[in-house]
Amino acid sequence: MTEIWQGLVRAIELIVTLDAEVIEITWRSLTISVIATVLASVLCLPLGALVHFRRFRGKRLLISLVQTLYSVPTVVIGLLVFILLSRSGPLGGLNLLFTPAAMVVGQVVLIIPILLGLTISALSSVDRTIADTARSLGASGPQTAVLVLTEARFAVTAAVIMAFGRAISEVGIAIMVGGNIRGFTRVLTTAISLETSRGDVELSMALGLILLLIALAVNLTLNRIQR
Amino acid sequence: MALKHIRKGRTLLAGILLIIVLASTVLTGCGAETPVLEPKARLKLATTTSLYDTGLWGHLETLFEKKYGVELDILYAGTGKALELGRRGDVDVLAVHDLPSEERFIADGYGVKRVPFAYNYFIIVGPSADPAGIKGLSPEAAFIKVKETSGAFVSRGDDSGTHAKEKAIWKAAGLDYEMVRQSGQWYIEAGSGMGPTLMMASEKRAYTLTDIGTFLAYKGKLDLVPLVDKGETLLNVYAAIAVNPEKVKGVNYDMANNLIGFLTSTGIQKLIGDYGVKEYGTPLFSAYSDEVEQ
Repeated sequence: MTEIWQGLVRAIELIVTLDAEVIEITWRSLTISVIATVLASVLCLPLGALVHFRRFRGKRLLISLVQTLYSVPTVVIGLLVFILLSRSGPLGGLNLLFTPAAMVVGQVVLIIPILLGLTISALSSVDRTIADTARSLGASGPQTAVLVLTEARFAVTAAVIMAFGRAISEVGIAIMVGGNIRGFTRVLTTAISLETSRGDVELSMALGLILLLIALAVNLTLNRIQR
Repeated sequence: MALKHIRKGRTLLAGILLIIVLASTVLTGCGAETPVLEPKARLKLATTTSLYDTGLWGHLETLFEKKYGVELDILYAGTGKALELGRRGDVDVLAVHDLPSEERFIADGYGVKRVPFAYNYFIIVGPSADPAGIKGLSPEAAFIKVKETSGAFVSRGDDSGTHAKEKAIWKAAGLDYEMVRQSGQWYIEAGSGMGPTLMMASEKRAYTLTDIGTFLAYKGKLDLVPLVDKGETLLNVYAAIAVNPEKVKGVNYDMANNLIGFLTSTGIQKLIGDYGVKEYGTPLFSAYSDEVEQ
């Protein structure tokens, strides 16, 4: 028990005194996951609208596939991105393996299904008459899409926040394609994983607390939006 | 109403664009204290976990970075994984400690030259009660005894240099490694680095093979004592190998050589030989000299 208490006290100390390493790792985690979330959103919001509004063969199948991929294991994506980005892989020339950019790529791949799927279901819950009315009043396709997206903005924002939550809390991709390099690709989750196994429980606890605080903030925002 | 919403949609879009612009400034490093992506030159090193867990690299990293104005990216990988990363071209230089697999790596053309830069010894550690009674035995006899009494043994199990040494000791003891591996729950494969493996052995009150440096650096956290420390097989030599640019395209060969030159320079050799005296009261490594391997 004493270890836990001492660890907790030290952890809070590290956070309150704005320990340089703790701040750096937190900042890096936030940056990478925010960028991944923004990139995936820019891609998935219009794509989700496209899938929602177009009628095409295999649409149901596509949506089921996307929903199945919600729970794809992060280590599988880690492996996939590793093979792609390794210098002896097809995208090796980009020289991206073991960089924060590789982690962004992995996280984007991870959250695309969630964002796409939740965007489609958010749009489906918007009253059809709104789109019909807009079209009959002469709105163009993209204009109608923006209108319906705005109607569904709460559900869409919730999707974006959930995707961010998934991105920042994953560890498989970060460790496999980031490499957990100190001062470069070490983020909250990989630092906790390494430091705990190496016996540095205090730093792990401080970083764990921060991760919990971020999760809390994400959930509070979600609750506010969904109310 | 509809128009208002469209306008809101535009504000949202503008917001997203703003975030992208902000994100890209962070990526390129303008205005951020810890930029995520830098145009600065980088050298990727895969190092055996024991060198990392002792804190030696943390100590040398800044010195090297200052001297050559390069970012040294250190990947924590056992010798087997480090060599594989080298073959794939994902790192430029390796710090490893398994002579046979190093020689194969070079014979296959992936490495240019093996340059030893430090050494210490392996030891067998275990709970102070020593339930298997291995204290003072030869490494081979100790291994056999642990197996016979089914005293728990934690293996690195990760194809690292230490793991290779462990296999070599089983072989020298006249046992087939695969047979040992399959022979029961007493044999635990950790699949992780030296520090984590020591932590696990301590938690499980088990025996394990470790380099003395990592053990000394972790001593304060462990309930383990050294039990076997004498035997010819226990020599542990660390070597640096630059990945061959002719075989593996795109590696940073020049900077890799700078790192190797740095490690073998007189000043750094002295530093390696003294490393640990301040924190642990005894050096963790010895500087390398040519007589060691003979």
